[in-house]
Amino acid sequence: MLRRARGVWAAGGHSGAIVQRFFDGGYRAAGSEQTAPPRQGASIEVKNLSIAYRDRPALSNLTGQFAAGSLTAVVGPNGAGKSSLIKALAGILPPRTGEIRSTAAVGEHFAYLPQQSELDRDFPITVGELVALGGWRSFGAFRRPPDTLTVRVADAMAASGLDGFGARRIADLSAGEFQRALFARLLVQDAAVVLLDEPFTAVDERTTDDLLQLVRRWHREGRTVIAALHDFDQVREHFPTTLLLARSCIGWGDTAAVLTTDNLMRARKMLQERPESRELE
Amino acid sequence: MSWAYGLLIGPFEMFGFMRTALVACLALALASGPVGTLLLLRRMSLEGDVLSHAVMPGAALGFLYAGYSFTALSVGGLLTGALVAVSAGLTARLQPKRKEASLAAFYLVSLALGVMIVSARGSNVDLTHVLFGTVLAVDMRGLLFIAAVSSVTLLVLAAIYRPLAVESFDPAFLRSIGAGGGLFRGIFLAAVVLNLVASFQAFGTLLAIGPMLLPAAAALCWTQRIWPTIALNIAIGMTADYAGLLTSYYANVPSGPAIVLAGGIIYGLSLIGAGRMRLDKRKAVEEVAQ
Repeated sequence: MLRRARGVWAAGGHSGAIVQRFFDGGYRAAGSEQTAPPRQGASIEVKNLSIAYRDRPALSNLTGQFAAGSLTAVVGPNGAGKSSLIKALAGILPPRTGEIRSTAAVGEHFAYLPQQSELDRDFPITVGELVALGGWRSFGAFRRPPDTLTVRVADAMAASGLDGFGARRIADLSAGEFQRALFARLLVQDAAVVLLDEPFTAVDERTTDDLLQLVRRWHREGRTVIAALHDFDQVREHFPTTLLLARSCIGWGDTAAVLTTDNLMRARKMLQERPESRELE
Repeated sequence: MSWAYGLLIGPFEMFGFMRTALVACLALALASGPVGTLLLLRRMSLEGDVLSHAVMPGAALGFLYAGYSFTALSVGGLLTGALVAVSAGLTARLQPKRKEASLAAFYLVSLALGVMIVSARGSNVDLTHVLFGTVLAVDMRGLLFIAAVSSVTLLVLAAIYRPLAVESFDPAFLRSIGAGGGLFRGIFLAAVVLNLVASFQAFGTLLAIGPMLLPAAAALCWTQRIWPTIALNIAIGMTADYAGLLTSYYANVPSGPAIVLAGGIIYGLSLIGAGRMRLDKRKAVEEVAQ
């Protein structure tokens, strides 16, 4: 019965496809992708980008390019607009003015790591289920997950140090373990662009080291990685490119050239002059 | 044994209205299982409360227009319920930090408006009926409506469970992969309003949300996994329905409140029982550790 219904659905042709997209936006049937996922070479260009968060300006007039395969840290004082920029790149926060252009489609080839505080960790699902969500495009809202997903989930969990955690509830995980689970979901997503919002906040040192390994692996594989961070030593050690924000761009380029005492002072001053922006993040 | 049979089954054997009331309540409990559990998990019990009051002005208008017509009451209730669901969503977006304030405003205004409209034509008895329901007066038409709503709710929630669950705990994820999520939230809210309208005749505006939330809260004391919670929620709801109806029969008290009270008692016992169980477990762990 269900199978027949699905057949009718598929036979609906063009209108069927529209209905399907309306109800199941995140789904792409196997083979329906005209272009192979551009795992490498996805660059992002922003032009005069301004973002407002809850009607307050969070970031104004950012212009520049995240090169394909670059590993960029977005830094700046609290309220500088780091998180807003990551959200805008992920397509969650619409830009107020300006535009974001990429060689890869946002919904399809971008993976986004939210801040832990934005998730409800009491929700009763297991680690395995959470990680499997990374394969959403292969099953969408209604279809049965493909059998191959089990292997991909197990591999991702092993790579992020969560071997054997599949049946645990996310409520029982420590902050570090939970972050590992979210990274495993990113691994399953297998995206050309990886956007990380404060990935190491409230995470223990060992976990941070392990997860940094994954970030480096993505970089080696040629993916574009952009992370909002606040630990300057970490940025200097692991991130070749840095974007320093204070509600507008203070510096963007080689980490050593951007993270100068002078620039950091400027960034701090700019936000102190406009204290209302502190509430932003 | 026969005395127990007479005591526990007798009232339902003897009176048709008791049977109808019981079947109506059981059908409501079936849909309330998933709806109530999801309301609590999504931390939306206040929204649920607001929506249950939002049904009132519409139902009152229906009453003004057509008296105790089941159709008029339901259509009116559905309309204002949907209206408030949409406008509450909009105001929450305009004033995200004062969300409870605007929700409380909706709830108070709906209640006041409803009471005024009913009083314009009806008596205090009518008002009591609208506020607290008349589960013993549910007729065949009402029963069919409740059964239909309950069936549709179960099917729809089963179909959209996956996106709805993900939207509950990680809405940004769905948006980041371009799968939206607002649509499913809307369908869920529609299901909540529909169930409140179905529950309205039985439990009234003030209590309609009770049989939805209390069993869910009780079930969540015992288990944290989703399907066991929903199953336990349905079982607790049905037990409360049965116990409440029997109590109202023998003690001659209003049945809607008796059912809600039974749910409240089960919730209280669950809090104590599950709390003690957790304490015992911790003690056992500590003993092993020593």
